[in-house]
Amino acid sequence: MKREMLLAASIVVLIIGVGMRAPVFITGASLANLLTDSTLLVMLALAQMLVIVTRGVDLSVASNLALSGMAAALLAANNPGLPLPVIVLAAAALGLVLGLVNGYLIGYLDLPAIVVTLGTMSVYRGLVFVLSGGAWVSSHQMPEAFIAFPLTKFLGVTNLVWIAFIVVLAAWYLASHSRFGRDLYAVGNAPSCARYVGIPMAQRLLWTYGISGLVAGVCGYLWVARYAVAYTEIAYGFEFTVIAACVIGGINIAGGTGSVAGAVLGALFLAVIGNALPVVKVSPFWQSALTGAVILVAVLINARDRKKEGRQILPLHLDNHSSPTAPVRSAA
Amino acid sequence: MTATTNTTEPANPPAAGKSRYTILDQPKLGIKGVLGKWETLLALLFLLAFVTNGMLLPHFLDPYNLADGTFNFSEKALIALPMALLIICREIDISVAGILALSSVAMGLAMNAGFPPASLLFVALATGVACGTLNGVLVTRFGLPAIVVTIGTVSLFRGLASVVLGDKAFTGYPQVMTDWGQGYFFDFIPREFVILLVFAALFAFVLHATRWGRRIYAIGNNPVAARFSGIEVDRYRMVLFMLTGAMAGLAAFLLTGRIGSTRPNIAMGWELEVITMVILGGVSIAGGAGTIGGVMLAVLTLGTVTYGLSMANIPGIYMTIVIGLLLLVTIALPRLLRGKKVAK
Repeated sequence: MKREMLLAASIVVLIIGVGMRAPVFITGASLANLLTDSTLLVMLALAQMLVIVTRGVDLSVASNLALSGMAAALLAANNPGLPLPVIVLAAAALGLVLGLVNGYLIGYLDLPAIVVTLGTMSVYRGLVFVLSGGAWVSSHQMPEAFIAFPLTKFLGVTNLVWIAFIVVLAAWYLASHSRFGRDLYAVGNAPSCARYVGIPMAQRLLWTYGISGLVAGVCGYLWVARYAVAYTEIAYGFEFTVIAACVIGGINIAGGTGSVAGAVLGALFLAVIGNALPVVKVSPFWQSALTGAVILVAVLINARDRKKEGRQILPLHLDNHSSPTAPVRSAA
Repeated sequence: MTATTNTTEPANPPAAGKSRYTILDQPKLGIKGVLGKWETLLALLFLLAFVTNGMLLPHFLDPYNLADGTFNFSEKALIALPMALLIICREIDISVAGILALSSVAMGLAMNAGFPPASLLFVALATGVACGTLNGVLVTRFGLPAIVVTIGTVSLFRGLASVVLGDKAFTGYPQVMTDWGQGYFFDFIPREFVILLVFAALFAFVLHATRWGRRIYAIGNNPVAARFSGIEVDRYRMVLFMLTGAMAGLAAFLLTGRIGSTRPNIAMGWELEVITMVILGGVSIAGGAGTIGGVMLAVLTLGTVTYGLSMANIPGIYMTIVIGLLLLVTIALPRLLRGKKVAK
């Protein structure tokens, strides 16, 4: 829990530090806004965490989000009478199917996740263009209810935050209290052992990527409705931000470790940086550079933590992050 | 391909002092071996794409057209060469497009500071090497996974580039950059393509004909074993990251010269296209296998397909679908055809 505490403390310090320069940052409205802004990243980071825990990576989330979001926007724009739940379900179902395609290729055909999702990332992004013909769907084309939903307040908090809250709870249950989730950790720690003890690896991977796709689909609708516009380049490059949130949250890209708290805090940390920059009058052009620096510092801290865990007779430089078998690190 | 197949052959008369069995370094050349090779499949795919384009598009086979078509991929392919070495070595560099952007910005700054035109190439190369060194140090000294490090540094490099650039653009680059970026040798062969061919030959020689190349395969196959057999694994990794940075710097010089400006979105998304070229070229993402010939064939195939599509007036974004599908089909097809059952 130490790493999560450190991260939580640094978020608090960051918020207070920015608040001292610009008191407007720590008003209730500003913090609520910050929370709402972070929700999409939180949800996507949680789904990505499950994937990374299995030693995989899902580079196609942002493209999946764009495609599902565009589909939802077109559906709503062309059928104004359609009830909102139907549209959300359609986006979720499309996202799920796109995720299952990844899951089938990675689980049942045993192909490397990074290559498969690299490919589907291009395909899904291209399909957004095919679907929309390159045109934008702007706010006046979408029905009122479609746009209003994410920012509507329920008990004083926006729906986006409620949805993210439910996703956090679900991810926590899944990762820590369900057999499915524990299997994922086993798969990530030692794939060949997991296979020997009878974990249905292909099926587990299929549904892990399915969940990632499902979350991306729901976020696709939320994204499009929140920003009230859908276009081909939506969330371009966002997959790296999502992975960055996981890395900052201490989730080991080599698989097997990672916590829900870490993913949530990592996403919050990035959101705080993003929201603080304009407040302290730093040019937004700095955001990307700062994000990069934060990621590097985070991985350095993570690596230092890991070094303390075990002692080896020889100071080996073991890296098994890309090897499909040979779990070496846990041997210490 | 790696020399893993040990073919035994009965020695004819067992000569004195000679072993009864000869263990060949490489599998014997046979029709089956040649046809089953990834490079053969790629070559067929390349021919198919070329012939289809030639039949469907009336001006495709015009030599001037074909020569100009190489501009589309030359810079990316220049980065794909060291990337292939890195991936064979079990590393990866996601930050290449960020390095390219930062190198281009550095050239713009240097030009505005009054550097002589010819020195801009060295500015780009130095920036690239510096970025590659940062990647290399983080990976080798601190033992971090390359994919995480370079996801961090791509934000950093591109971020620094955009901090300097803001919403402006650098323009007005000297003539020497235009000459190399969009110029021709003998008014016909694009200089960029010639540079690519020279470097491809160089990389192929180093990888396939020298001890360094064999060691890169050894590291990729088993880094721990390579380390214990006396290979300075970290030094190889370090040099490869620096080399990748330098090639990204060179690509920045050529690309900036070709488009004549540095914009914030320069080379956006190239890292994934470059990696696609390498994977499609038959380099295993798990390390230890792959050839420069395969990478070059993949480059030419992708170049032919995308150039054909653009000549047929199909919007550029359709190419991303084609490239993605090509990648998926080429890796999934052998697995499906072989019918390899995975333990479920």
